[in-house]
Amino acid sequence: MSVETAGGAPAAAAPASRLGGLARQTALALLPLALALAAAGLILLLFGRDPLTFYANVLKRGLFSWAGLQETLIRMAPLLLLAASLIVAFRAGIWNLGIDGQFLLAAVMVAAAGPRLVTIMPIGLALAILLVLGGLVGAAWSLIPALLRAYYGVNEIITTLMMTFIGTSLGAVLVKTVFNDPSTTVPQTQVLPMIDRLPRLFGTRIHAGLIIGLVAIVLVHLVMTRTAFGLKAQIIGFNPRAARHAGLDVPRLTVAVFAFSAGLAGLAGATEILGVFGVVQNEWNPAYGMLVIPLVFVVRFHGIASIGIVAFFAMLSIGGESASRKANLPNYFLLVVVALLLIFMALTEYLSARRRQRLETWGEG
Amino acid sequence: MNDGARMNGDPVATDGDKPVVLSLRGITKRFPRVIANRDIDLDVHAGDIHVLLGENGAGKSTLIAILSGVYQPDAGSIAVAGREVRIQAPRDALALGIGTVYQHLALVPTLTVIENLMLGAPWYRLPDVTGTGTRLAELAGLLGIEVDGDAPVGGLSLGQQQQIEIIKALWHGERILILDEPTSMLTPQGVRELGKMIRRLRDAGVAVILITHKLGEACEFGERISVLKLGRLVGEIGPAELAAMSREEATRRIVHLMFGARDDAPRAAAIVADAAPGAPVLEVEGIAAAGAAGEPALADITFALRPGEVFGIAGVDGNGQKRLAEAIAGQRPIDAGDIRLDGRSIAALSIAKRQAMGLRYVTDDRLGEGTVAELSIAVNLLLKRIGEPPYWRRGIAHAATIERDAAEKVAAFDVRAPGIHTRVGTLSGGNVQKALLARELSQEPRVVIYNKPTHGLDLANATALHERIREQAEAGVAAIVISNELDELLGLCGRIGVMYRGRLRGIVENGAWAEARVGALMIGVAA
Repeated sequence: MSVETAGGAPAAAAPASRLGGLARQTALALLPLALALAAAGLILLLFGRDPLTFYANVLKRGLFSWAGLQETLIRMAPLLLLAASLIVAFRAGIWNLGIDGQFLLAAVMVAAAGPRLVTIMPIGLALAILLVLGGLVGAAWSLIPALLRAYYGVNEIITTLMMTFIGTSLGAVLVKTVFNDPSTTVPQTQVLPMIDRLPRLFGTRIHAGLIIGLVAIVLVHLVMTRTAFGLKAQIIGFNPRAARHAGLDVPRLTVAVFAFSAGLAGLAGATEILGVFGVVQNEWNPAYGMLVIPLVFVVRFHGIASIGIVAFFAMLSIGGESASRKANLPNYFLLVVVALLLIFMALTEYLSARRRQRLETWGEG
Repeated sequence: MNDGARMNGDPVATDGDKPVVLSLRGITKRFPRVIANRDIDLDVHAGDIHVLLGENGAGKSTLIAILSGVYQPDAGSIAVAGREVRIQAPRDALALGIGTVYQHLALVPTLTVIENLMLGAPWYRLPDVTGTGTRLAELAGLLGIEVDGDAPVGGLSLGQQQQIEIIKALWHGERILILDEPTSMLTPQGVRELGKMIRRLRDAGVAVILITHKLGEACEFGERISVLKLGRLVGEIGPAELAAMSREEATRRIVHLMFGARDDAPRAAAIVADAAPGAPVLEVEGIAAAGAAGEPALADITFALRPGEVFGIAGVDGNGQKRLAEAIAGQRPIDAGDIRLDGRSIAALSIAKRQAMGLRYVTDDRLGEGTVAELSIAVNLLLKRIGEPPYWRRGIAHAATIERDAAEKVAAFDVRAPGIHTRVGTLSGGNVQKALLARELSQEPRVVIYNKPTHGLDLANATALHERIREQAEAGVAAIVISNELDELLGLCGRIGVMYRGRLRGIVENGAWAEARVGALMIGVAA
């Protein structure tokens, strides 16, 4: 095979402009949202509910009432940390789907250790240690899938999901046995007193976990886009063979990315206990991770953009709980909206990929 | 539908000159960046075993795809049994009696042989088990094999599955049978059986087209051999000519066609002057390593390079050349032996350490492992130095320094691109290669391994690259050039080592008779 022209690079394939690209990206991210809301509205009509009232109720509760807005912001804290966790892993091409297990086990450990630690040391130090503990437990729970993937090439999608099953079950077992507080009737850990929890912000109910989440996601964005570590992780994600050829220690980086990602998931579990619940009851498992996965896809693993989508989703879920109750619909209706969002996301992704392909073929001709 | 076979027995045929059943004229197929087939004229005779021989990328697969209706040629015509035809879809090819057996089998393992054979029938027709069984028996008889129609395909050996594929290909008329690399998954015994089958088909008047990149196979089976190279048909050896030659003569002739001069080949102006005497810069001593899938393991490879020497490595593709490069670069562990750079053993060092010491590897897989297509030129130029100062300071990228470095390299190596932030994946092959060179030749290289450095490059770029290797040699940088273009090696190298079945079969001093001696070593004949 011979090359026809080597000199003339296909200049036409270059992006038109950075700004134009950003506007397009934003439109591409918002379009499926708009379509999902419209389709969910049709379903509401089908059930004889007024979609406009429903969405108005969502906004009223999730955004325009003081109590609801606080709820929304409180819900954002774990979601932001989980989004940061996923972005680290997904950008490196590592499918850490085990964040729910990492989150829950960290939450259980922190809930068990918290009440003991605060009695023997200053609260500030105890909270700092507990946050670190949450991160470490999360990271430790990713070690088996990480080592299997790094050194034996075992698909981490399966292993991380398995570790989530084991992790959530183990968490429940621990709560019912060794960590059980015998003074209560329901199996649960000892409750962390309100005064020993994460500080509230400006006299509101919102706890410092929101700040931790915001700092984490901005930091993750900077690490993935500006640092050598982030670039190396991305190279593994794009082309593992090139990473090896370039002399990167792919197995070690894989384990590091896993630990970073799972550590953030563990931190999310810690803030949720230290900021909101103070206790793990029975088989508690919010399974936020599975809800965050589609969200980070919508924003294509962009850290800053994910703040917006997480805020929207938190508002939707807080406002939606109340709106569903008022419309006499089960809370599960929100899952319908999320599912529709996923479907329209996949559709727009497919159509824009086809369009891009057409453009590139034209550019080469 | 079977008139093809009958027509093949046409009494017009005189011995030695069988009737032409398939005739290609001026077939050309272009893809966005390459011309896969260029003006190919080919006549295939009934009752002939016609070998199409060529290396990977010579255009064999494209030619089959055109004949089986997968691709449409951009120019040229195809005639079957003297009548011009257009093969617009695979079913047209089948209707004309052109059946193809691909390298990768496409049978459903859970279905029986007969069920597999019925899969191609129109959906509105009821399955005709009896009719299928009859035709199966007929074709099995033609091939001289026994087939159990009720056996599940998954339980058959690969050789037997291939027989089913052959039967499938002959199903709609046994005129032309195309076999794409048919021996790649067979045992030696399977290869012998295949040979028997295709000779029976030949005797029945079927034109068998056998596609292969293996020289030995071409000589073993071929009665007529056409050699493809870089999309062109570069030569043909007819039956009479082939019969008159000894096996060895035929092989030499083919090696010359496959690897010898081409019209536009970059003939080097002068061989690099003798390297300065002195201590060797790179010593490879008795190394052994596991082979790539389907390739021989490396064994007992020993050679040494002095500073400024250009050492060639010749060989037919797949004899371990790439593995050798990877072993030296550190991408594959070695099981025995030692590699020394400036007298210091590097066999246990990581890839990154070897790079830092000046050992560089310009891979032949430029987009697959050499670069990250999704990232910018600037990042790819520093791919092997990520995290190092001054480009990264305390682990944080210093954009201005990275951009300045990229601009300098792009200018120095004439990488043509809209800008340094352009994604590497959008560059042409020649420009990707220039970017790779810019990366590997920076920061004081000591030894550079070039794997097929001019593959896919046009003449101007290839010539410029040869100049670059020479320039580097004069500056004292040693080079290993792996190539299957003999001319390239003869034009550049002082010595040429020849790889054969994972071993260094011999090292030839460049000079008179070097071409013949390297050619002989390439096919395993002692020089």
